[in-house]
Amino acid sequence: MSAKSRGPVERSLSTFVDALRHTFDAEELAKKNGLLQKLDPRIKIAAILPLILIAALARQLRAIVAIFVFAVLVGLLSRVPLITLARRVWLATLSFTGLISIPALFLTPGRAIYLLPFFSWTITAQGLHAATYLIMRAETAATLSVLLILCTSWNNLLKALRVLRFPIILVVILGMTYRYIFLLLRTAHDMFESRRSRMVGQLPGHELRKVATASAGVLMSKTLQIGEEVYLAMRSRGFRGEVYVLVEFRTSWLDWLILGCFATVAGFGFWFGR
Amino acid sequence: MTNPSRKREFSVTVPIFELRDVTYRYGKIDALSNLDLTILAGQRIALLGANGSGKSTLLSILDGLYFPQEGSVMYCGEPLTEDRLQTQEIEFDFRRKVALVFQNPDIQLFNPTVFDEIAFGPLQVGWPKDQILMRVSAILERMEIVHLKDRAPHHLSTGEKKRVALASVLILDPDVLLLDEPTAALDPRSESQMIDFLVNCGDGKKTVITATHDLDLLEDIADYCHVFQGGQIVAAGTSDEILRNHELLLRTNLVHAHRHRHASGEMHIHPHRHAHEH
Repeated sequence: MSAKSRGPVERSLSTFVDALRHTFDAEELAKKNGLLQKLDPRIKIAAILPLILIAALARQLRAIVAIFVFAVLVGLLSRVPLITLARRVWLATLSFTGLISIPALFLTPGRAIYLLPFFSWTITAQGLHAATYLIMRAETAATLSVLLILCTSWNNLLKALRVLRFPIILVVILGMTYRYIFLLLRTAHDMFESRRSRMVGQLPGHELRKVATASAGVLMSKTLQIGEEVYLAMRSRGFRGEVYVLVEFRTSWLDWLILGCFATVAGFGFWFGR
Repeated sequence: MTNPSRKREFSVTVPIFELRDVTYRYGKIDALSNLDLTILAGQRIALLGANGSGKSTLLSILDGLYFPQEGSVMYCGEPLTEDRLQTQEIEFDFRRKVALVFQNPDIQLFNPTVFDEIAFGPLQVGWPKDQILMRVSAILERMEIVHLKDRAPHHLSTGEKKRVALASVLILDPDVLLLDEPTAALDPRSESQMIDFLVNCGDGKKTVITATHDLDLLEDIADYCHVFQGGQIVAAGTSDEILRNHELLLRTNLVHAHRHRHASGEMHIHPHRHAHEH
């Protein structure tokens, strides 16, 4: 059955499932010989998190854009293909944040710069400014976060978070999420495939929505069950909430140098973003 | 596949697990009711039963994952309770000695690579890193999965996943191995490899408790069987005794009555272990 013959909800979910699967397949990127991959995971977190925070709080667009450009540069030096970032981060973030920011274009009072034909709605300069801010902040924060995840082995990342005193409950939740996301993706995929294999013709819109709601309910129930089973499997092998890895973290002069560079950019971002 | 030389006499009499009047319920449904069972060290036991007969629940109880609402479970003479397993030393000692291989390997394999997966257990119980590296390499070779060590477990075939799941618990060299349907969903070659491995693992020193409804597996992996139905043990005996009791197997849904016509035209109904055995 072609993608066109599927319902919009199912199509979106299927795309989401595919995107997530590809994102997690990118574990290979963590093994590449790039800039971020060479760094101690603790340094990576200490370098990137302040930048995310500053990008989220900056009040000047140029500061956010500068941090975004810096993030792209770091991505390139870490051998993360731009196409990967564009497909899996920028487009996805734009679609979500763009949707959220649309009302701001029309609802923010200010100088009118464009009149939307047929609707007679006015886009204001201030509205456009607010929407651009929101999108750029989200894009910058998402780019930095994804770079951190793509360029660090998941277990090392969790251990580094614990070393840096992040709450154990947060680390456990992240660990569990990663551990059963594949099962959940497969379950979701199988559910959609199974339904498609038993469907003839097109369902009307309201029926599609009904089916999608029911599927979401079943998926939720299965999620809880899978989560419980994975937790028991972890308990069975001695898991008590702490994260251990074989790798010993060691910092080198390169780590401190790169941390210095990130701190400088963060400092500039903070100063010019006030 | 049966090899009589592999059968062992029960020379050991130390109870490793003792269950008295154990009842476990999922909501209002009894998965196990008033179960009494003693398992001796070194025994190879099969928990035989149709789907939903309570075998997997019992394995989870023996592995200290579920705790019965009624009755008592003793492990090596000590009560196996949730409170006792809260103590780190007791839990680590128990997890090192008792290992469960889940029926669905997808549940059990949750690390990014096969190497990480196998190293997970030893890391949790605090083994020295040098020893972990050495033992992981050894178990990868022993299970013939060296070529998989950098692969993501969720990308493997079912047979490979089962091997990795087994390797991930065998690395701790447990005294008790709990196996939930170890050959389920395997192709014949993978099944044969898995059975060979289970038969040879531990050189007869391990206590191996296998939950299965596969009668072809029985003679190879177990000396003694407990037959489950509706959360209760309805029969027990040696593998030979159980396999010869067709009425019992039919009653407990372990074989099906197969209707077929003989050359003479006469209609017969026979119990059959599988479709091709006449």
